[in-house]
This record gives sequence, structure tokens and C-alpha cells, in this order.
Amino acid sequence: MEQTSSGFKQEDTQPKDWAQQLHHATRATREDWFGRGISYLCIGVIILVVASMLWFITSKGIATFTQNHVNIGQFLTGTNWAPDQGKTGALPMIVGSFAVTFAAALVATPFAVGTAIFMTEIAPKRGRKVLQPVIELLVGIPSVVYGFIGLAVVVPFMRHLVGGSGFGIISATFVLFVMVLPTITTMTVDSLRAVPRFYKEASLALGATRWQTVSRVILRAATPGILTAIIFGMARAFGEALAVQMVIGNAAVMPKNLISPASTLTSQLTTGIGDTIDGTLPNNALWSLALILLLMSLFFNALVRVIAKRGQLSHER
Amino acid sequence: MNAKRKDLLATIIIDAIVATVVGILVFLLAYILISGLPHVSWSFLTGSADSFSGAGGIGVQLFNSFYLLILTMLISIPISLGAGIYLAEYAKDNWRTRLIRSAIEVLSSLPSVVVGLFGFLLFVVKFKIGFSVISGAIALTFFNLPLLTRNIEESLSAVPRSQREAGLSLGLSKWKTEIGIILPVALPGIVTGVVLSAGRVFGEAAALIYTAGQSAPVTNFADWNPMDAASPLNPLRPAETLAVHIWKVNTEGLASNAAQLSAAASAVLIIAVLLFNLFARVLGNYLYRRVTASK
Repeated sequence: MEQTSSGFKQEDTQPKDWAQQLHHATRATREDWFGRGISYLCIGVIILVVASMLWFITSKGIATFTQNHVNIGQFLTGTNWAPDQGKTGALPMIVGSFAVTFAAALVATPFAVGTAIFMTEIAPKRGRKVLQPVIELLVGIPSVVYGFIGLAVVVPFMRHLVGGSGFGIISATFVLFVMVLPTITTMTVDSLRAVPRFYKEASLALGATRWQTVSRVILRAATPGILTAIIFGMARAFGEALAVQMVIGNAAVMPKNLISPASTLTSQLTTGIGDTIDGTLPNNALWSLALILLLMSLFFNALVRVIAKRGQLSHER
Repeated sequence: MNAKRKDLLATIIIDAIVATVVGILVFLLAYILISGLPHVSWSFLTGSADSFSGAGGIGVQLFNSFYLLILTMLISIPISLGAGIYLAEYAKDNWRTRLIRSAIEVLSSLPSVVVGLFGFLLFVVKFKIGFSVISGAIALTFFNLPLLTRNIEESLSAVPRSQREAGLSLGLSKWKTEIGIILPVALPGIVTGVVLSAGRVFGEAAALIYTAGQSAPVTNFADWNPMDAASPLNPLRPAETLAVHIWKVNTEGLASNAAQLSAAASAVLIIAVLLFNLFARVLGNYLYRRVTASK
């Protein structure tokens, strides 16, 4: 501020320099250049990080196919995973990842939607006071702690209930269910709150019960938002590494049932990447798994966008 | 009658669901605190770990967690502040901004293990820095940047337009307006976001296993020269954090009292994260009162 006022003073006392003054940037303009430069630099760093992440992981991930000449089809459909013997069938991990993801989303969705309905329609006050902190705490618990509880409680429980080792898809599902629950709940709450109030009022005025209103009007109107919430939950489940790795048993075989040890893309990565040598087939094959993870994450992202667009269209209609 | 009965039934089911969800959280917290807290003692918190005999404490790991957290925040706050200001103030609504926003979204949706592997590839394999504090801090920064940037942008955008106009009409530059007027007003939201993200960073393990490493060499806590190899501040030494320690103890199974050890460590971790959450709320409210002069 001081500089600007002194700038004015200069202008007043030296009228001949006006032309020159106009051709030179003022202090404020220079400040703006400086600020613009800094903020462009920061955003540039982020873009650089994203770009190099995509580039490095992609180039590492396709090395299996370009350098080691593994057939992509065989990689994706083969069921025999022993990269140190040249066998790179990644299907067991792919199936494992999708199985735990879908199972967790399937179990978590009714719980999340029920909780969200409670928080928005049944008891908004208690919802805000009690359930909001509950959900926030569930988000805050670190994933290794979920893994540890899975290992200490869920796995022995499953062993007791159905026999076997207790490690397997079902234990992973249980752990992931609790982990994705807050994600889906929070976003469902947001989408339920976004439903226009008069939808609800119109329905109630017609004599519909609360459940009829919720199930046929509110949930219907919030469907795109709820689908987005489920996809975000699935993306979290798909990418979760340590908690799953601790309870699934890490056997790179096709999962025969829900209670036998299996493995996911993330669990194979966390156990294997430190034991392999850079540039060899076992290492490259693991990077290909990471590439699948990356592509799936991009896919979930795109799916969310498509649903958001569809939702907008249906509201406009 | 039928519709009413259905309504009642639905309400009962939803109540049961909510009770289950609350029950799960209560069970989780109770389990960790009851099984873990009895083993937490001063010697546990300050002692050094010995994964073979199973005895020992988590002193070094706890220090590493905080050290990594501080380094991560030192790197990520300035960058995300700049990026947040860019998005809130300078970005025009065009394809370039949309591309930047989707890039940030992609980064925030990437699994943390992928972020960690990228850090591993870049720092450990390519730059040959090895498992180190600095590699871990930068990997955590990658993981932290998108969320912090979005939080800062939202806090800045929430400041009323009139404040911006007031600054600009006084002849201030956009930059001065942003730093001198908008940022202080947005501070409560930003601080809350920063502390919450600190809680997330503190509990993160997947991004650290292959960047900060899985070993915690015993350091000499009397030596605070960052250049010395044995100094706890040396950014090039490997640094296993508390969260990584819990993972490692459980997966390696070398310690005879792994369950006890990880229960106690989990209790410490949970309490730390809870404190972060509480602190975020208290600090946010306090700053909000200070800035808005409301009661």
C-alpha cells in the first residue's frame, strides 16, 4: 500500500514522466507477476508429478510386454503366477481384487444408505451430533489398524466359524466393508441433502408415508449421487493395500471359494516388489500389476464423470 | 395399513443398521484401547524396538512418524498454498483449468500404494537415494498435495467476493489482496484441513514401506546435527514409522508378542489420530472466532 501511494506521489510531482510511467509496470503489477509466477510454479509442480507418475508407471508396466515379450492376453487370462519361473498369469490377482471390491461394496451399500437415510430423513439432529463424528472417526482410523484388527479378530473368528486358516476373501471383505463404509455414507448423505425439499414435501402432501417418500422419491432422485458414492467406495477398496494384504493370505492362486487364501493386485505388489531385482521379469510383471491398478483408478474416475453428466442431464429434463 | 406397516418395518431396519454401524466403531475403539493401553508405558514409548526378541518400545518409530509428518507438511503446505491460490484466483474457466483439475482429481484417487511405488521408483531406484526420510516425505507429499490443494482452494473461494473487491479497489495487487486479506479470512478452514490431513499422513503406511523403508536404525538422540549419519535428523537415513512398524510386526511374525506389541502401537496411533482430529476442530473454531470476532 505504501509503495502504491508513493508511486502516485511520483506521478504528481513529475508530470513529464507520465508517458514513461505508463510504459513501465507499476509496483502492483510487478507484485502480481510475482504472485502469478509463484502460483503457476506450484500448479506446475503438481502437474509434473501427475504426468511423471503416469509416464513412469506406464513405461515400467508395459516393459513386461515389450522387453520380456509376454503376451498381454496370456498375462490377463493366465492363472499361473510364478514370475521367477517365467509364468506370469495375473488372473488370480485380478479376480481377487475385483472379488473383494464388489463384495465389500455389496455389503457396505445397504449399511451406508441406511445410515445416510437416518442422518438426513429420520433423525437429522442426532445424525449430526452422533453419527457425523462416528463416520469421521471411522475415516480417521489408519488402514494398518484395520488390518491389525482384521488379523486379531476377523481372521480367528472366520477360522472358528467356517474352519480353514481364516485368511481369505471373506475376511478381506469384512475389513474393507468397514473401511469403505464412511466413504459411501458421507457421499450418500451429500446427495440425499441435495434433493430439493419440495420433492419430499410434495410426496408427503400426497399422503405417502415416510418410507414411501424415501424409497420412491428421495432415493430415486439421488441415484446418480449414490452410484458415485459406491464407485468412490469401490475405488478405495480396489486400491487398499496393507489392510487387505494382512488378512487375505497372499496365495497367488485362483480363489476357489471365499475362505481360502487368495491375493489381490495390491497385496502381491506390497509383498513382492522389495524382493525382486529391477529390470528382471519378476519385477516388471509386478509393475504391470501396478499399471492395472493405475488404469482401474483412471477407469473409476472416468465412470464418476460419466455418471455425473448423466445425472445432470436427467435433472435438466 | 400395509403402507404404514412397511414404513414402521423400514424404520426399524434402518435403526438397526445405524446401531450396527455405531456398534462397529465402539467395538473397534474399545478393542484397540482395552487390548493396547495396558501395554503402553513410558519405556514402551521411548524404548527402541527389537523385533527378534519382541521386547522393546517404539521410541524411534514415534520420532520418525513426527519427523516425517513435519517434513511432509513443510514441503506440501507451500506448494498446495500456491496451487490453491492459482485455482481460486488466477484460473480461468477454460479447458486448461479443467485439465488441471482432473489431473488433481486423478492424483487424489490414485491408491496410496501406487504413489508409494512411484516414490520408490523415482528416489530409490532412479536417483539411488535409498530408503530415506526424504524419499518418504516426498512420497507423502504426493499423497497429500491434491487433498490439501482442494481444501485450500475451497477455503479461499468461500471468502465473500466483496472482500476481494475491497482490496482491489484500494489499489492493491491481486497477489497482495490474496495474501493480505483473503488468506487470513480463510485461515480457519485451511488450518482445519491441514491438521486433518496431518492425521491422515500420520497413519499412512502403504506409501512409506518402499520409500522411507522398513528399518529404524537406532539413532543417537544426543546428536542433532542433520549431517551426521547417526543423527535422528539426518534426512538420508531409513525411517520406519509407527504405522509401518505395526504392519511389519504383523506380517513378519518374528516377535513372539506381535499381537501385544501391535495392539499397544495401534492404541498410540489411534490416540494420536484422535488428538489430531480434536485439535483440528478446536483450533479451527478458535481461529474462526479470532478472525470473525464472533462469540
